[in-house]
Amino acid sequence: MAFAEAGFNLEIDLTRGSIERVATDPGLSKLYLGGLATNTKILWDRVPPEVEPFSPENLLIFGTGLLVGTPAPGCNRTIVSTISPQTQLMAYSMMGGFWAPELKYAGYDKVIFRGKSPTLVYLWINNDKVEIRDASHLAGKGAVETQELIRQELKQPYAQVAAIGLAGENRVFTASIEQGRSSASRLGIGAVMGDKRIKAVVVRGTKDINIARPAEYMQLCHEVLAYISDREEKPVPGVMPILAGLGSPQEMLHTDEKWHTENFSWGNSRTRRKEFWTKEVEEKWKETQETARTRLISCYNCPMKCGAIISLPGMSTYMMKCFTKLTYNMAAFVDDLDFGFRIAQRATEYGVDGFSTPQIMAFAFELREAGILSEDDFAGCPDDNEGKFYWLLDRIVRREGIGDILADGTHWAALKIGKGADAYAHNNIKKHEQLPLKLGMLNPVYFLMYCTGEKANITQIEGQFPQAPFPTMEEREEFVKDWVHVPDEKFKQYLLDWEVRGEKSNPYYPTIDMSVEIVDWQEKMHYIDDSLGMCAGLSSFPLKPPYHIHNYPILISAATGFDFDEAALSLAAKRSRTLLRAFNIRRGLSRADEKPPEDHWRKRFPELEEQLLDAYYKFKGWNNQGIPTKETLHELGMDYVSEDLEKRGILSYE
Amino acid sequence: MSKAKKKIKVIKIDVDKCNGCRACELICSSFHATPKYSSNNPERSRIRLIRDPIKDIYLPVYAGEYTPSECTGRNKYVLDGREYSECDTCRASCPSRSLFKEPDSGLPLKCDMCDGEDEPMCVKWCLSKALTYEEREEEREEEPKLGEMEIGLESLVNRHGLQKVMDTIARLSKKG
Repeated sequence: MAFAEAGFNLEIDLTRGSIERVATDPGLSKLYLGGLATNTKILWDRVPPEVEPFSPENLLIFGTGLLVGTPAPGCNRTIVSTISPQTQLMAYSMMGGFWAPELKYAGYDKVIFRGKSPTLVYLWINNDKVEIRDASHLAGKGAVETQELIRQELKQPYAQVAAIGLAGENRVFTASIEQGRSSASRLGIGAVMGDKRIKAVVVRGTKDINIARPAEYMQLCHEVLAYISDREEKPVPGVMPILAGLGSPQEMLHTDEKWHTENFSWGNSRTRRKEFWTKEVEEKWKETQETARTRLISCYNCPMKCGAIISLPGMSTYMMKCFTKLTYNMAAFVDDLDFGFRIAQRATEYGVDGFSTPQIMAFAFELREAGILSEDDFAGCPDDNEGKFYWLLDRIVRREGIGDILADGTHWAALKIGKGADAYAHNNIKKHEQLPLKLGMLNPVYFLMYCTGEKANITQIEGQFPQAPFPTMEEREEFVKDWVHVPDEKFKQYLLDWEVRGEKSNPYYPTIDMSVEIVDWQEKMHYIDDSLGMCAGLSSFPLKPPYHIHNYPILISAATGFDFDEAALSLAAKRSRTLLRAFNIRRGLSRADEKPPEDHWRKRFPELEEQLLDAYYKFKGWNNQGIPTKETLHELGMDYVSEDLEKRGILSYE
Repeated sequence: MSKAKKKIKVIKIDVDKCNGCRACELICSSFHATPKYSSNNPERSRIRLIRDPIKDIYLPVYAGEYTPSECTGRNKYVLDGREYSECDTCRASCPSRSLFKEPDSGLPLKCDMCDGEDEPMCVKWCLSKALTYEEREEEREEEPKLGEMEIGLESLVNRHGLQKVMDTIARLSKKG
């Protein structure tokens, strides 16, 4: 009997229309856990570097985490992996919601798609019965609408549906996969789904997921739940509200947006509006949000309420979470929050990423202002800021006119447009649009995370260690008092000594070595979460979370029956991180790609930055080009990787 | 018949507080697994969440008595602007729907308030406090306790009707 896992994957060949149920090797979980790590292993084994994102040889993997479907609170993530059309590297976008547990209950850990369907289809998984069904009647339907239509046509109100909208069908590089209140939206995985002609993946499951040592496991789950209850009563003082508690940033709950609207940049990530948040704006926005929001909602088996049902007169209801509430307003320079909720409804039905898409539009209007794009490109475009954005969103999603070029994201669009347009695609890392955040002083920890994050998305790496020093020693001492989460006591000292100004402040403190250790810790927790299917919002993202490096080994051991200690767990995380790096290296990632946007910080320190990167690579056991060394790979039991890298001339004997 | 004090266990359901996470379903299935907590499967749960986010419907329903035949209830309730079918509010394990049946055997499920625990597990796991637990004492007429065989016969009668059961017993006694 399999524990924690279902023990089977579904292999779908869309070209041939074949469906296979394949038993998985339980030994793999011992080495890699599951979720992201085993997704990466499959891509490494089966997708050679010459495969293009829109090639039938590219795989699209819907993976569940190792502990999904068990009672561990917040463990419900689907990890979707493929090759990103935007970065050309591995994409792994994740979603919460209800889809992953349903797949586990249907008896599968992953669904692996290969090939390309000749017509638009959806996959219907009902326990042992799996079929590819025609979806031609769903072409062009909204991503939320599609979920409901399929549930009705199958007469399965409890089926979980992950669907794409028109953007995915049209292979827009920022297309998302939508599922209830959640979406896997970064890096264009919806475009790959559309390219394979999959409109939706539908699942209903009524089988068991077993636990190896049930009493022990349940005791830990009860402790986690009690901790969450207690922690919610004790927000961390001295940090902004969205960082004080647990969960993903509580954007649906909080209405105070002073920090975001005045510190993040408006337009094409250019302009800070330091006086924006007036009393009048505050009242208006509060009213708008509280009217639009019918209920705060959660993902499967999670007490945090990070999402909301949004219902506005004259349009269909949808669900929202996190920062999408603000991105459209800020990119379009619209001061009325009602616009944000309304355009996000259309964007959600289209199925597009709420981070990249508004930036692409702001980028286009800046190019128009600069005369790089012509008035002809915008023939028929309204003049007002709201109308302009609706108009361009439609063009991009339908790939009409200038929209066809912009649909590839700012990096690729700038290349096609030429005439210096690339200077306007200024907020990218590895060809991928970032948060519109522009700061003064370089923070060495964030520098490393921005540079080296395989996902090219900061929120998927940070957490655990405070973003900024506490001004007074009293506050620091108070903070470290119950900081049981540190993997080593020395991290407490790093925080105690960290000053706002002076010798022990950014950018030279935390020191290079400390910065590397802090990044390694934060990163490790994310890689573990992504393999377990745990939401970062209860683990690697917030300060003082319920899950950490000390209780995870016991939890994983009790669930799986394998004996993990902290060292074994750290090693599993390192395997996952190293394999993902090797996969991207094999696809051409190099040191030259590892840099934040030029203007992310006003004050830059080229020499220090090089030293930081050198030290990070060394700590990781990589050479100075960021390539895992033969020795490191051998220690991890991953000679198969070094052999492949050698064969391809990427690693050479020294 | 004599009167006796009886402890009444009550779960109070506040649908406005429900966040739709289905932790109640998961923990119920886990608690009732053999061995306890060894497996997880909401389909085995004795509480199910009637859930339709787009219509803002979040209604936890507990498994009640088994019923051998479907009823005529096809009415609709509109509460607070939301439409519920009569089935949504019904606790029965009944032939007209798949709810509250063991997925393997099809046998009916029934909430036992997690007998032996301080409070039902679903309540304990509902941090949103949509489910809360109350106990109160009521004076009740004491019902005569049924013997094991009587309980068994009663369920046979419920299922097949008294006449059929009597006929069968008559036939069996002839054989003996």
